[in-house]
Amino acid sequence: MMPAMLAISPLILVCLSVVVVMLSIAWQRNHALNAILSAVGLNAALLALLFGWPMGDVDVTGLLVVDDLSRFGGVLVLVSTLACVTLAHHYLEGYEGPRDEFYLLLLSAAAGGLVLVSARHMATLFFGIELLSMPLFGMLAYTFRDRGALESGIKYMVLSAAATAFLLFGMALLYAVTGTLEFAALGEAMATRGNDVWLLAGAGMLLVGLAFKLSIVPFHLWTPDVYQGGPGPATTFLATASKVAVFLVLLRLFQSALAFHEDWWNDLLGFVALITMLVGNLLALTQTDLKRLLGYSSIAHFGYLLVALVVNEGLATETVGIYLITYVLTTLGAFGVVTLVSSPYTATGGTADASPLHHYRGLFWRRPYLTAVMTVSLLSLAGIPFTAGFIGKFYIIAVGVEAHRWWLTGGVVLGSAIGLYYYLRVMVTLFLIEPGMQKRDATHDWAERAGGMVVLGVATLVILLGLYPTPMINWVGLIASP
Amino acid sequence: MTLVWLILIPFIGGLACWQAERFGDRAPRWIALATMVLELALVLALWIGADFRLPAEGATTAWTQEWRMDWIPRFGIQLHLAMDGLSLIMIALTGLLGAMAVVCSWREIVTRVGFFHLNLLWILGGVVGVFLAIDLFLFFLFWEMMLVPMYFLIALWGHSGSKGSSRIGAATKFFIYTQASGLLMLIAILGLVFAHHDATGVFTFAYADLLDTPLPEHVAWWLMLGFFVAFAVKLPVVPLHGWLPDAHAQAPTAGSVDLAGILLKTAAYGMLRFALPLFPEASQAFAPVAMTLGLIGIFYGAILACGQQDLKRLIAYTSISHMGFVLIGIYAGTELALQGVVALMVAHAFSAAGLFIISGQLYERLHTRDMRQMGGLWGRIHGLPGFALVFVAASLGLPGTANFVGEFMVMFGAFGVAPWIVVIGSVGLILAAIYSLFLMQRVYFGPPAEESSLGGMDRRETVLLLSVVALVIFFGLFPQPLLETTAGAMQIVQQTFAQTGAMTGGVQ
Repeated sequence: MMPAMLAISPLILVCLSVVVVMLSIAWQRNHALNAILSAVGLNAALLALLFGWPMGDVDVTGLLVVDDLSRFGGVLVLVSTLACVTLAHHYLEGYEGPRDEFYLLLLSAAAGGLVLVSARHMATLFFGIELLSMPLFGMLAYTFRDRGALESGIKYMVLSAAATAFLLFGMALLYAVTGTLEFAALGEAMATRGNDVWLLAGAGMLLVGLAFKLSIVPFHLWTPDVYQGGPGPATTFLATASKVAVFLVLLRLFQSALAFHEDWWNDLLGFVALITMLVGNLLALTQTDLKRLLGYSSIAHFGYLLVALVVNEGLATETVGIYLITYVLTTLGAFGVVTLVSSPYTATGGTADASPLHHYRGLFWRRPYLTAVMTVSLLSLAGIPFTAGFIGKFYIIAVGVEAHRWWLTGGVVLGSAIGLYYYLRVMVTLFLIEPGMQKRDATHDWAERAGGMVVLGVATLVILLGLYPTPMINWVGLIASP
Repeated sequence: MTLVWLILIPFIGGLACWQAERFGDRAPRWIALATMVLELALVLALWIGADFRLPAEGATTAWTQEWRMDWIPRFGIQLHLAMDGLSLIMIALTGLLGAMAVVCSWREIVTRVGFFHLNLLWILGGVVGVFLAIDLFLFFLFWEMMLVPMYFLIALWGHSGSKGSSRIGAATKFFIYTQASGLLMLIAILGLVFAHHDATGVFTFAYADLLDTPLPEHVAWWLMLGFFVAFAVKLPVVPLHGWLPDAHAQAPTAGSVDLAGILLKTAAYGMLRFALPLFPEASQAFAPVAMTLGLIGIFYGAILACGQQDLKRLIAYTSISHMGFVLIGIYAGTELALQGVVALMVAHAFSAAGLFIISGQLYERLHTRDMRQMGGLWGRIHGLPGFALVFVAASLGLPGTANFVGEFMVMFGAFGVAPWIVVIGSVGLILAAIYSLFLMQRVYFGPPAEESSLGGMDRRETVLLLSVVALVIFFGLFPQPLLETTAGAMQIVQQTFAQTGAMTGGVQ
């Protein structure tokens, strides 16, 4: 019992901090104190996770497994949540309504993410996904007096409910055919009766449910609106922690339950990957709103990531690991800057954040270091050498070349070429001066605040990992070695 | 370690320039100039100290200096730099043209001076990296990295366009063309690495190891094409040249000087260093196609140059034409032709840089690059037209200039391999005379638009142009030091190429 408790201690610590923060709110509404309590809880969880690493793989009942993959996912989820906490503190300072509950929601969602990365049973998968999504509805609509935020929260909730229905139906079908909900047992059943229609229908519905969360084409329609409308810290969490957790559980499914190597199945997935990266990039081309644009770009990035899942052999797992790290760091940088420029919150009635692109015109000449962070993030998203994003793209192309998937590799190249156009457009906007434009700025002391430091640190890390990726590769090597 | 410093100096200098802006506009300029002079001095010291004897029979490399360090052991990627005669010449050229680019933008760039020089120096740092890196991963990194500062240079300090094309559009076009083709090269590099891995079980990106990767014929063909497309976009070869005229027309003078003088040469260097030696059989088989493309480029560039109204676009199209000769020389593959390619690259760097500097100086005085608004300038600007005449003469390949040496050697060397290509290509020389004279006629002769004097040249401009003229004529009369330096490197390329030629029965 003890090793199991120790292994899931990060999860327990996060849940505990939810309770502590709740009690603290009940006792006294102190914004700074609650933010600090949340950060302390998350840091404790992170430490517990790292110290627990030498324990090796631990099965926690039949529902959860704590192995290298789940620890890896746990680190990503916790780090992104921490970044969101620091960003949220600055952001919410300008909010007149109750501020402290945001941390409750954030911590609960993080707990959901931690469950999800350790899930090895459909029950925990479902539990994790719901625990991750429910607080997100609240977070997205947190500044509900703004139309944009309210719209974003409701949209995400309604569509999320539809996706959940698919997920449940899929699970039910799988259970009806195989009589089990455990990933490994499901995998065996799939291997023996792979062509059973109901089984395939179940697997398909399961994938639809997850694809919605990852905004994979054609289930991507919610993404731009939700990204645009949601308050900065919530969108940051949605784009990083939430997506990483769901993708890792998808990876685990592909390693066990859905690991069948039928040609048509691979072709179908390959096709989905291809249209996801192309549609994401093409739709981003004409956007004039930075958050929308980043939303579309994240669709494209998950299209690239799907290449690794389609191949599902050789370098694939390593690629997923590397790409997720680079994606999380880069996205934290980009959304971090957006959030900082939008901080502290000011009510507008529309969309409160500084998301139209013209707000960023000439930002370099006002806030050079903040713009440097944004530039680095954009270069990394575009996969330019000497940033972490390039290492990710390098892996994706390598995995495609290794498996001789020329169409997919060609799609990645085409997608990147299209993507460059809009990343460059944003980048050059940051450096242009045109008088008389409506502008927004980060506050003067942004760099001395926790959120600013996190963003600067993230950008430094993006550069460092681009220059010397060996530590990252060695670390990810842990999850890739069987 | 010297090799590492060669790369680091521009990068550090660039950062220093950026920070020095707070001490006024002059500080970044002097720092940038000092950086490039230091770089040049370092290369020249290496040149004097090095030994460029011909390599032993059967050698595959002729490095005079080498430096390596483990970097990403997972894939056998190393920080591996090496220098031979070819890279040395190219880096010396980079240093020289870099210094010129700094000097020629002394008056032109007045806003955000520090950031401008940061970008300028980082381009040069990336280019030096391209010339030194012989780990394919590292090479690719530098190859792509140098695009970013070039993008900023064009997008932020470029001239607002002639009809309908903006500088940001031109910069974006340049970036997408080169980046997308670069990714094709990345696929080819990875294909080569995985082929090597399949054959030997070792991941490596090292040039020397990949040289003798056993490749099935069709695989080699595709991989070679991947490399060729990337280099062909940058050179540029005609169907892939769309970015060049726009980029040149919108770029500031320093950007054009770098672009024509050095960035285009990285492509020729890439072909000589990578495309040919890595895939000799496939390249040999591809040679007729490549030479035909070169031929098309010569005519296309020359004919379009004749019809341009924009001075810088005209010069840009002449670059396409000249690069056609380079392409023919490279794929002819004889020692004479390859040596001619080196001479021609150096010569074109000087003549194109000279012409671009002059068009920059004209723009500073007239605020237009439209040749219809020029004419009769010979009497209005003291000194400048004379220099222009020298560079125009060099550009059309007049004997006594370095361009003549290069073109003559390329033609002579290629004649034995592909006589018809050379015969047709030499007609291009006539077109070169035509567009060059057009340029002189339209800009400097004819009825002047106004009578007022536009003033003479100041000391900075005179010294700058005088030194370029001196180099053009020096290498035109005495190209031997250049040829001796690169002989070893070129002989190796020629040998790998000729061996397979003997096996497959020649190009024809």
